[in-house]
Amino acid sequence: MIRKSFFGLSKPRLEYTLLTGELSEPQSIPPPETATLLIEAPYDTKDAAGVKPGDAVKRGQKLTLSETGEASVIASVSGSVLSVAPHIGDFGRIFTAVTIGVNGTEEIDERFAEQSKLPALDTALDYLVSVPGAPLLKKFKAPEVPIDTIVIYGGDTDLLVTTNQFVIKSRLDEVKAGIVFLKQITGVEKIIIAVPGEIIQGYGHIGAEVKRVAAEYPAALPPMIMKDVLKRVVPAGQAPEDLGVTFITAEAVASIGMAFNTGTYPVSKLITVVNKAGGCKLVTAVIGTPIGNVLSALGITLADRDRLIIGGPMTGSAIYSEDFPVTPDTGAIMVQDKDDIPYVSDYPCINCGDCIRICPVAIPVNMLVRFLEAGHYEDAADQYDLYSCIECGLCSFVCVSKIPIFQYIRLAKFELGRTRAAEAAND
Amino acid sequence: MTNRKKFIVSHAPFWHYGSNITERSYHTMLAALPAVLMGIFYYGTPAIAVAALSVSSAIGWELAINKVTKQTITIGDGNAALIGLLFAMLVPAPMPWWAVLTGTFIAVVIGKHIFGGIGGNVFNPVVLAVAILAISWKYLLDFDAALVNYDTGFMMAAPLVKLKAFGVNAINNFSYVNLLFGRQAGGIGSGFGLGLIAGGIYLILRGFIRWEISLSFLAGVFVMASIFYMVDPTRFADPFFHLLTGYTLIGAFFLATEDSASPVNFIPMLIYGAAGGIVTVLIRNIGVYTDGVLYAILVINLIQPLVDKIRPQAVGKVV
Repeated sequence: MIRKSFFGLSKPRLEYTLLTGELSEPQSIPPPETATLLIEAPYDTKDAAGVKPGDAVKRGQKLTLSETGEASVIASVSGSVLSVAPHIGDFGRIFTAVTIGVNGTEEIDERFAEQSKLPALDTALDYLVSVPGAPLLKKFKAPEVPIDTIVIYGGDTDLLVTTNQFVIKSRLDEVKAGIVFLKQITGVEKIIIAVPGEIIQGYGHIGAEVKRVAAEYPAALPPMIMKDVLKRVVPAGQAPEDLGVTFITAEAVASIGMAFNTGTYPVSKLITVVNKAGGCKLVTAVIGTPIGNVLSALGITLADRDRLIIGGPMTGSAIYSEDFPVTPDTGAIMVQDKDDIPYVSDYPCINCGDCIRICPVAIPVNMLVRFLEAGHYEDAADQYDLYSCIECGLCSFVCVSKIPIFQYIRLAKFELGRTRAAEAAND
Repeated sequence: MTNRKKFIVSHAPFWHYGSNITERSYHTMLAALPAVLMGIFYYGTPAIAVAALSVSSAIGWELAINKVTKQTITIGDGNAALIGLLFAMLVPAPMPWWAVLTGTFIAVVIGKHIFGGIGGNVFNPVVLAVAILAISWKYLLDFDAALVNYDTGFMMAAPLVKLKAFGVNAINNFSYVNLLFGRQAGGIGSGFGLGLIAGGIYLILRGFIRWEISLSFLAGVFVMASIFYMVDPTRFADPFFHLLTGYTLIGAFFLATEDSASPVNFIPMLIYGAAGGIVTVLIRNIGVYTDGVLYAILVINLIQPLVDKIRPQAVGKVV
């Protein structure tokens, strides 16, 4: 963990980990006995067309919850469905968890191989939404603002995580192929690769513009890349997509490239695992592998009151069970010993101004947090720039009073989103 | 389900920089210690008594108000102790015990907790307490009267009083070196200029106070005093005299920088500090009070919410 230096005059610098020198192959986690796949849709037990316990599935087979097939997931293993159950994610997002018992036959569904001969957006939407890296291909289907730029980020948004950096350094051919297919299926010509670090080299003829991203956190968060690399500021409350720009991870592009090139469905997810001592290790695991399997393969044991985090130290989310599966967007798994967990407090803001000095988007955090603590979300949004927040978590990181500012901000946005949606529905 | 491990689930970020309020309070007290020790060296046992009573009674009042209002006990954060220590530094060594108790009561209860506790106070609690005492019992903070029985071996006349009463010629025999080493009549911890400067630099380097406020406060004093001095050197003292006497240094490094009552944005901090320095010299040179630091700080505490509205526009702000 990064600790305050003796001299506190300058603000802390948090640097992304840069992979240098010889890259060692990631450790491969043995295939699991059961794999759990998440579909973001409520589970309707009455729908007969949906996947049911007892169904036999092949690897690469599309599993749907209903006849229309909108909510679907691609089986990453072959075997038979053991259970289908509801699952609640962060902020009340509703999922259905499909657990498959692996039978070891390695049967492969051939439908994608046939369809992939003619790369098209619909095929990609059908099959490639849940490849490792989780490309948000839905954004290309009838967007409000036409997407004209795709930014491929060859680094990771959070500290310590090196998943996408490893992909862009070691799987450049697949990324290159992915870019070709991406252009083909989306029709977007302008593709930018943003890479962290000092030197940009070895990316010639990749078919995209290569730009450098600063190595200091939070330069790799999409709104910061928009502002510093593309020189286009995202207005408060809007997403890069509203300006016609979308972000995609290098791993997703590599997965798309591999899928269309070989006709096989990629199931192996690259993950950065951060152990209790802060050491990082890259591993590959089949999507759906319980996180507990990954940890035990690395010899990491967890005890009561430890913390298990999906994602990095600044923006990840803590989970309550080792049974959670590896999902297509699990970039990192981090564990913290109970003695290393910094606690939050209910102390009031003492107005020291540390948050003001570190905020990358100049939000008056000291005022904002007073309104958020009191639950005055509308005022916070109107007067104190709640929606300018890019959710980097630096204010909570430096807060002397240890106020969970980041949590307040996320909660305020969530609550405002709910009330505004309800108001819109009433009109 | 019963043998499932129970993990701690909380919101990101999962790291913290490690700063905390207790550390801030104790290190501010540490930075103030050289000046206090020099005061004890000059004024002896009564200074120890006042400092000890002041710190302990401030903690006592804090504990009492915590109990009365049924809030969490907050004496552990060191803020009450800091208030007590700063109060002791501002008052003369022979301060009667009841005045110390009253002063810390005003500081902790009226100055801080009435406004909602730490972070909620509009005024610096210590400054408010000393200002109220100075108005209510004038003789308590009259350094000449309070220290009349002392023989410390140096000029036992408060420099600013002398300046006010007898004019510029009367202050010729105060040398800067004597003033820097605290050989001047004043509060227990407000005279030792070198110690206060060293403590201030320590706090600035550690990031516990904001250098913009301290430096602009001193610059405000210096520039304003220079203007007066240039206009009429026979009536007004030179700027260095103003920097080294009274509460100027303790005000710049320990009082004006109090977190809750001072601004946090860059330009407001400069305005706030400079305004404090300017008002200080105005009160000293053309006002009726001998020292203006306390009142100047109360005034800038008042304008703080207003000046802190001058801030950079948030990125992506939609007007």
